[in-house]
Amino acid sequence: MKLPTLRQTTTEARLLLIGIPVFIWTMIPIYHMFVFAISPKEDAFSGKLWPDHPTLHNFEIVFRQQHYFLRDFWVQFANSTVIAASVGALTLVIATSAAFAISRLRVPGGRIVLNLALFTYFIPAAFLAVPMYRTMGNYGLLNTSWALILAMVTIASPYAIWVLKQASDKLPVELDEAAVMDGATSLQIFRLVYIPLMMPSLVAIGTYAVLLAWNEYLYAFLLLSNDHDITLPVALGNFLSADDSPWELLMTTGFIYALPPAAIYYAFRRYMVGGLTAGAVKS
Amino acid sequence: MAITISASDHAAPVAPRAARLSTPQVWGIVMVVPYLLVFLAFVVYPVCYGFWLARSPSNYVALAHDPIFARAAVNTLIFLVIGINVKMLIALFLSGFFVQSRSWIKWLSVIFILPWAVPSIPTILSVRFMLNPEWGMVNQLIFKFTGEDGPNWLNDPAVALSMAIGVHIWKSLPFWTLILMTGRLAISQDLFEAADVDGASWWQKFRFITWPSMQALYLTCTLLSMIWTLGDFNSVYLLTGGGPADLTHVLSTLGIRYLRLDQLNLAMASIVCAMPLVLPLVYFMMKRLSR
Repeated sequence: MKLPTLRQTTTEARLLLIGIPVFIWTMIPIYHMFVFAISPKEDAFSGKLWPDHPTLHNFEIVFRQQHYFLRDFWVQFANSTVIAASVGALTLVIATSAAFAISRLRVPGGRIVLNLALFTYFIPAAFLAVPMYRTMGNYGLLNTSWALILAMVTIASPYAIWVLKQASDKLPVELDEAAVMDGATSLQIFRLVYIPLMMPSLVAIGTYAVLLAWNEYLYAFLLLSNDHDITLPVALGNFLSADDSPWELLMTTGFIYALPPAAIYYAFRRYMVGGLTAGAVKS
Repeated sequence: MAITISASDHAAPVAPRAARLSTPQVWGIVMVVPYLLVFLAFVVYPVCYGFWLARSPSNYVALAHDPIFARAAVNTLIFLVIGINVKMLIALFLSGFFVQSRSWIKWLSVIFILPWAVPSIPTILSVRFMLNPEWGMVNQLIFKFTGEDGPNWLNDPAVALSMAIGVHIWKSLPFWTLILMTGRLAISQDLFEAADVDGASWWQKFRFITWPSMQALYLTCTLLSMIWTLGDFNSVYLLTGGGPADLTHVLSTLGIRYLRLDQLNLAMASIVCAMPLVLPLVYFMMKRLSR
């Protein structure tokens, strides 16, 4: 092995000088949350960087719902799961069929639909939340899961349509023409040619919609209010309403809540990075 | 065969009975309808209804007399101008760092994406607790090392707003770094090799190779980030709750504040006031993306 030259060493040192602060900056809030989650109540407020007696007791309390704030933990966990899964499925159905119609079937007015979707994508979500809240009230959907599901589908599908349309444009037209010559109907092309070829993009979009719904706080907290209906993030926000809220339990619940999306993200990272960044910004 | 099929397809729309559509087009309409229904029910109707609620000029007079609104408008501008430019400059810098081919940088980039991958609620609350003046870890450490009490971080509007901007940057920096990285990776490596042969400095390579090929992307990212940051409710609401004394609100949290006070017309009016800023950005982005 050759000894590194002085020049190489300084380059490495410079890179480390950037890398170490980036690592610390990224990890601080997450590490802080983790330390709280494994600290017993007495240690949690002593400002230690590592607890004297790390414990999983907090997780036990959360899983057994042994605290006033956590009495509906499993119901809320289930709510989050059901809502995220429904948003993912509905978004996929709506966006895939729309993208297929616009890109492959060249439906009249497809261009306009695409622009409408794009326009919706650019409305800041917090601005749409105000009239959306009132609209859900008018429809009689407030405090039902459907309100949140439909609101999240509204927010997720424009981007989904946009990305899927970009991806479908890249599939060669000859495929459809060949299928038509073999006597395939539009639905058969959709089912047998289009869906299989679009799989990577569909995985990316499904993941995107599921994560968006699982992570959503603002809409969930506006549209749902009963303890049995709310999702986990709203329950986390409710911890703040009391002055003596148990931080260590809040951070434990938050940690549990953050694990599934992180796991899903890393599991589908391959698809996400390719599928989403390509559509996000076309320079 | 193919020719006759495509010919009849093209002929159908211009046939004398003009409304006749081909079967694929009928299917196309059927498949677009679900999205159109969602769009009509949950975008068109709410937006029109919202504008109708905000139609009375008295709403805007009330807003103009509300000091919280003026403060929120200024805060929003500070958030946008400082927050986004700092964020995008760091992202531009870090994208150059992360394209270096080292195995430990590969691993770091996997960790670096965490803030984007985890939900914002627990992490923002974590920062909020960290900054608690009495029990927060930051002030505990300050006390341990200096023997003095640390500042009351979230009780000073300027500091609290900067912290909210910090949280926003923490959360969205990985995404923009990733996007700018794809921009950097698209530049041909030959250019840099040629520049090395000519003895170009680090700055010259950036100024004459990297920047010219990335400036369009950088501008798009900045504008897109502006639109999204206008809708960033969590960073401010979960960290400061708009406090102290409603001095750190931005437009997105202010709208929700009015909503919770049952002043829906004021909530809508404050959003309408942001439209002169939002609409040009949206128009510009749409032109860019639908090319």
